[in-house]
Amino acid sequence: MPRHTLSVLVENKSGVLARVSALFSRRGYNIESLAVGPTENPDLSRMTIVVDVESQPLEQITKQLNKLIEVIKIVELDGASVQRELLMVKVRAPLADRAQVLQTVELFRAKVIDVNTDTVTVESTGTPEKLQALLAVLAPLGIKEMAQSGTVALARGPRSMSGAGTLRSAS
Amino acid sequence: MSTTTSPPTSLAPDPAAVDAPTQAAAEATVGVETTDGSVLDPTRPSTGITGAQSLVRSLEAVGVDLGFGLPGGAILPLYDPLFDSSVRHVLVRHEQGAGHAATGYAQATGRVGVCIATSGPGATNLVTPLADAYMDSVPMVAITGQVASGFIGTDAFQEADIRGITMPITKHNFLVASADEIPQRIAEAFHLASTGRPGPVLVDVPKDVLQATTDFVWPPRIDLPGYKPTTRPHGKQVREAAAVIQAARQPVLYVGGGVLKAEASEVLAELAELTGAPVVTTLMARGAFPDSHAQHLGMPGMHGTVTAVAALQKADVLIALGARFDDRVTGKLESFAPDALVVHADIDPAEIGKNRKADVPIVGDAKETITELVAALTTLQEQQGRPDLSAWWAQLDRWRETYPLGYDLPEDGALSPQYVIERLSAIAGPDAVYCAGVGQHQMWAAQFVKYEKPRTWLNSGGLGTMGYAVPAAMGAKAGRPEATVWAIDGDGCFQMTNQELATCAIEGIPIKVAVINNGNLGMVRQWQTLFYGGRYSNTRLHNRGSGGGDIEPIRIPDFVKLGEALGCVGLRCERPEDVDATIAAAMEIDDRPVVIDFVVGSDAQVWPMVAAGASNDDILAARDVRPVYTEGPV
Repeated sequence: MPRHTLSVLVENKSGVLARVSALFSRRGYNIESLAVGPTENPDLSRMTIVVDVESQPLEQITKQLNKLIEVIKIVELDGASVQRELLMVKVRAPLADRAQVLQTVELFRAKVIDVNTDTVTVESTGTPEKLQALLAVLAPLGIKEMAQSGTVALARGPRSMSGAGTLRSAS
Repeated sequence: MSTTTSPPTSLAPDPAAVDAPTQAAAEATVGVETTDGSVLDPTRPSTGITGAQSLVRSLEAVGVDLGFGLPGGAILPLYDPLFDSSVRHVLVRHEQGAGHAATGYAQATGRVGVCIATSGPGATNLVTPLADAYMDSVPMVAITGQVASGFIGTDAFQEADIRGITMPITKHNFLVASADEIPQRIAEAFHLASTGRPGPVLVDVPKDVLQATTDFVWPPRIDLPGYKPTTRPHGKQVREAAAVIQAARQPVLYVGGGVLKAEASEVLAELAELTGAPVVTTLMARGAFPDSHAQHLGMPGMHGTVTAVAALQKADVLIALGARFDDRVTGKLESFAPDALVVHADIDPAEIGKNRKADVPIVGDAKETITELVAALTTLQEQQGRPDLSAWWAQLDRWRETYPLGYDLPEDGALSPQYVIERLSAIAGPDAVYCAGVGQHQMWAAQFVKYEKPRTWLNSGGLGTMGYAVPAAMGAKAGRPEATVWAIDGDGCFQMTNQELATCAIEGIPIKVAVINNGNLGMVRQWQTLFYGGRYSNTRLHNRGSGGGDIEPIRIPDFVKLGEALGCVGLRCERPEDVDATIAAAMEIDDRPVVIDFVVGSDAQVWPMVAAGASNDDILAARDVRPVYTEGPV
């Protein structure tokens, strides 16, 4: 199924996340990832929601989201956008394997952010595909634990979701 | 209605005195008459009043005349200033009754219904009416008390997260964070409930917020940046729709509840007569178009008329107005109206394309949309003439003649429920308001009462809430005291909410209740007859012989005695020859509620019927009677 990234501007109020996630579960839509954070406007938050649906249900999702009073605007970010996730992964790295871990980190332009005698914690940002590839290489070494953020995304080019030259709303 | 317990001096409009808390507090009892007989303007500013007073003032300022509720600990501060308010408060016997009463009031009057409950169980008792109002897009504001802010999240006594609980069943809800924001939240709640696609809004107010000191300023700023309902239809879409309608040879106007909500009955009649197209009115739209009108084919759907269902199936153009292609109307969606181009006009963009793809979508208010359609079609007809629908009407009339709505009288001589409802309609007439529960009696009331006017038919369409009728009738009668209000209820439904008859008796709300008493959960029993081989598992409500008639009835409960115990006049009718006289006797009583126990046979069934999940093409006009409309060319 095709993957769609929705960027949703919402009022920065308590309960909005609960409303959005409840809407997805109640109407039977699957969220692949969801990231919430502040925006340049303190009254607004941005939710970046990645869903795996065909286009017809996607239209329903955006319409239903738009019905939520605290949702200000929804834009579907297509190919003309930059999308990133953050990955932190704690890899087994005894001295014997450490060079290989560090080489992989180098190859993927990742970063070591913690180190001890047994493990190395690696940080990487990138597209979901890049992070998948990094994980595939690290996996044989032994992944002790990992944490991965949802996707955050912005449209390419000068336009934004609010202000002059705004992006067109979905649906 | 207004009363005052405050000394007259405190009501003198002395601006200097306004700052003194006690005087301000007294003055905040609003809507009160002053000694010279003038009424204080509820929108005047006040300082140093309580959150509860501010809330009462807000309700008055927004124009509330009537609310239904039941006090308890957390909401108690509100009930003190409410005692002196111009808002009439009807003390119900169960919060569910308050919720349905607010719905009945709203559906009968078009104004926002108001209900009030305390925290915890008081609030959760509103869940069913809120879900009901949400499904049927009823404008309603529920105000609930909440435990004090500091206790929220601690599992305090009578704490329930009612905002979280009601998120999926309200249009919106608020937890009020401070007393200062009360006027704004109330104004926003009423604005949200009554505009766009109407719906219920819940305002949850912690006890400490009600007790805090605040200032009252009206009107407050409404700050809903994400809420901009589209009411004005897009001109291009309207012109496209008009062209499609003009080109249609087998059109049907598929009219839903949105037409009633938009007060669009008059323009709908114009559109119908301009196009000459047949009209079907859904369960939520009965009364939107007169039943007596020659172009009216009746109700579509699972228990609709054969002609209405057949017309939708064979239409080349469906003009859906404020309707949502509910499964009870479409039957199996894949085979619904297979040849029709769909013009779908609705105020909620999410309804368009949800179930059925719209060929011409129009987002807008039904009244504005229909008005513009009339204008566009008038222009088209001036250029191209009026479309010839005579072949379509010849077909429709053949169906109407062959498959009229009807019923068989029970062979055992038992009273026929359809006959009772037909006579009720004839005697109470088209000005009465009819309010049904859910089940067989609801379908018969939708089929056999002749509706001529908007807001004369109230029922729980979307949620199918048994127990809706009595409290909703109470709300309707309280909102329109001049109207005769009949609750047509089943004996199953009646046993869910009849305690509100005590409220009606005490508060002077003389509704009339026709209990269609077949001793069974009739609709469930009908399905057991048809689909479960007549195994009547747990549908018999009392131990009467299954056929009625020959076995001495055991009346548990005895609805006549029950009605009398609740302060009503109780009547019973068991023979067809007594029906008219019993209804006439009830019509004469205007000082108390009336309950009539119509003891009817238990084997009557609702027909026609499209079985759940079946195609509309498989409608049965009566048991084992399959209409032949699906065969042969139109």
